[in-house]
Amino acid sequence: MYNEKTLAKGLVSHGVNTCAGCGLEIVFRNVLAVLGEDTVVVAPPGCVALFSGLDDVTNMKIAGYQCNLENTAASAAGIRAGLDALGNTHTTVLAFAGDGATVDIGIQSLSGMIERGDRVLYVCYDNEAYMNTGIQGSSSTPQGASTTTTPAGKSTARKDLIQIAIAHGIPYAASASVAYLPDLQKKVKKASRVQGPSLIHVHTPCPTGWLFPPAKSIELCRNAVLTAAWVLYEWENEKIAINYTPERLLPLEDYLLAQGRFKGLTQEEIAEMQQMIVGKYRRLLAAAEM
Amino acid sequence: MAEYMMLDGNAAAVQGMAMSRVKVVAAYPITPQSSIAERLSDLVASGELQATYMRVESEHSALSATLGAQLAGVRAGTATSSVGLALMHEICNAASGMRVPIVMPVVNRALASPWSLWCDHQDSMAERDSGWLQLYCQNVQEIYDLTLMAYRLAEHERVLLPAMVCFDGFFLSHSMQKVAVPAQAEVDSFVGPYTPKNVWLDPTDPVFINDLITMEEFTEMKYQMKEGFASAADVFNEVSAEFAERFGRRYCAAEGYMTEDAEAVIVSLGSMSGTVRHVVREMRSRGEKVGALKVTCFRPFPQKEVARLLAGVGRVAVFDRSAGLGAAGGPLFLEVKDALDGKAFVKNYIGGLGGRDVGASTVERVFADLRAAREEDDRAPVWCDVKEHPMQIRQVLRFV
Repeated sequence: MYNEKTLAKGLVSHGVNTCAGCGLEIVFRNVLAVLGEDTVVVAPPGCVALFSGLDDVTNMKIAGYQCNLENTAASAAGIRAGLDALGNTHTTVLAFAGDGATVDIGIQSLSGMIERGDRVLYVCYDNEAYMNTGIQGSSSTPQGASTTTTPAGKSTARKDLIQIAIAHGIPYAASASVAYLPDLQKKVKKASRVQGPSLIHVHTPCPTGWLFPPAKSIELCRNAVLTAAWVLYEWENEKIAINYTPERLLPLEDYLLAQGRFKGLTQEEIAEMQQMIVGKYRRLLAAAEM
Repeated sequence: MAEYMMLDGNAAAVQGMAMSRVKVVAAYPITPQSSIAERLSDLVASGELQATYMRVESEHSALSATLGAQLAGVRAGTATSSVGLALMHEICNAASGMRVPIVMPVVNRALASPWSLWCDHQDSMAERDSGWLQLYCQNVQEIYDLTLMAYRLAEHERVLLPAMVCFDGFFLSHSMQKVAVPAQAEVDSFVGPYTPKNVWLDPTDPVFINDLITMEEFTEMKYQMKEGFASAADVFNEVSAEFAERFGRRYCAAEGYMTEDAEAVIVSLGSMSGTVRHVVREMRSRGEKVGALKVTCFRPFPQKEVARLLAGVGRVAVFDRSAGLGAAGGPLFLEVKDALDGKAFVKNYIGGLGGRDVGASTVERVFADLRAAREEDDRAPVWCDVKEHPMQIRQVLRFV
């Protein structure tokens, strides 16, 4: 049904109107590049809706629809059931939602999908706030980050999406980062073959909301991994595996102070956060050795 | 050949859905709908219904999953009631806007608060502008029949709108009645296989559905839905004629009973319509010129039929089973009043709320009040069967 106005190299058109330095665009292109055209996508309103398009123009060459903010998982589960009923078990059903649509308003729907064991690949691109509506805090906003609804810095820790999924008994869950694309691609491939629910939680930089220069997106997210502010790991066969362990962790402030959203933090607060983050990292390392 | 089965209203709805061969069911239990969710799961488990059963975690997800499945290209189903329908509200609008013709039984139950498990029409009336067709059933046979008809109506290419088949909680959902059920082959031949007609998710011919729409086209998308409703009025009559030919029972969007020479008529929805007819028959036997008008299709509202059936009737009582708070009257009253456009004296009666029975004596009192009413008097709706000191009951008293 598509009338192709301009040819793109991949499944996503060139020149999508995301912000300069947008991490989501990198995630979306790479996920679709791995999954290929035999994919149906469902995505809620939010930044990802920039890829669904406007009026009668779309920016992708696969079938899909824009669902509501809180029902990405239920919608995807329904699509899966519908395709299965038609005898189509080969098409990948991709649920692609941001942190707000996943860990806040959509957590119930996601919880149901995982508990039922619905075969859906769920990708959460986590830019750590409601960016599309103007940088309001979500339950995935890290402690200390300033947003338009946490102007003095968020006082509580973020939800841990992967651990929530693991607690449901999900067959496959992984964190990923735009700074480690081969790792992301490998995880998408793996997740697409899971005979049940799978979840990939991608650290997705947002220069507009995090307040850093657009050219630094990849470097910043790499520093998140090198400081253990974001850990690359997988849950598979009932086991945790850490996918990248820096030889020596960089000080957390290398990551935090490169961003305007953390500029209100005191040295004491940074030290406290460093302790918390390193503690969590060590617990993951210990879990991986079990 | 039809066989007769003893079914309650919920079982009749399931019978209609199953014989229309839904392929995906996503259901969440709520009183008094629960036995629909249970019975569908039984049919899937036993293999009598070749479908996937999704045990979803809320009504919001129930309708979301149903919508996703039907967008994938199969007939999918769910059912709900009361606050469950209220929770679906957002997705009700999504389904109608995407023109996905889902058929959904709605077992009418009051909306909290206060909590009530019992029948009134507030739940479906709150959805009357959600872009869904709405059919109201008088008895269990109608639940079965109108479910089959709803698939034809909703899925018709000139309509493409989802449909609620509404029936009164407990009065019908749990009332066991004798129902004529045609053979599966006859139902197959009437309902037909599901053919997606607008846009759907086909990986081999992809299209992206439900983009953001600017002010350039949003109005036109709604205009198209308006045209769908306009067509639905005609399509209802076509489908009804075919149904009558095949199965011998004829349905009208609005159906008069002894209205031709009536001086006073009660207009109603749902199960109480049977009681109104009974009272009309009794009163006619005493020589009183009264009649009844049952509205089966509330959306689209059969304005012309209502005006035609009530032409020449001097006094009309419209009985609303929802409160119509803050409005000039209940939703059915507003529609009928507009349809008659000043050609009759129309008075609104509110009652049967939260499960209160609308019995023969209530109907007789409405006729008596309608006859005695003076047109120049207070035009406010009459609340039926209200206790003597309503403001003395419970805490509100102290502050009003």
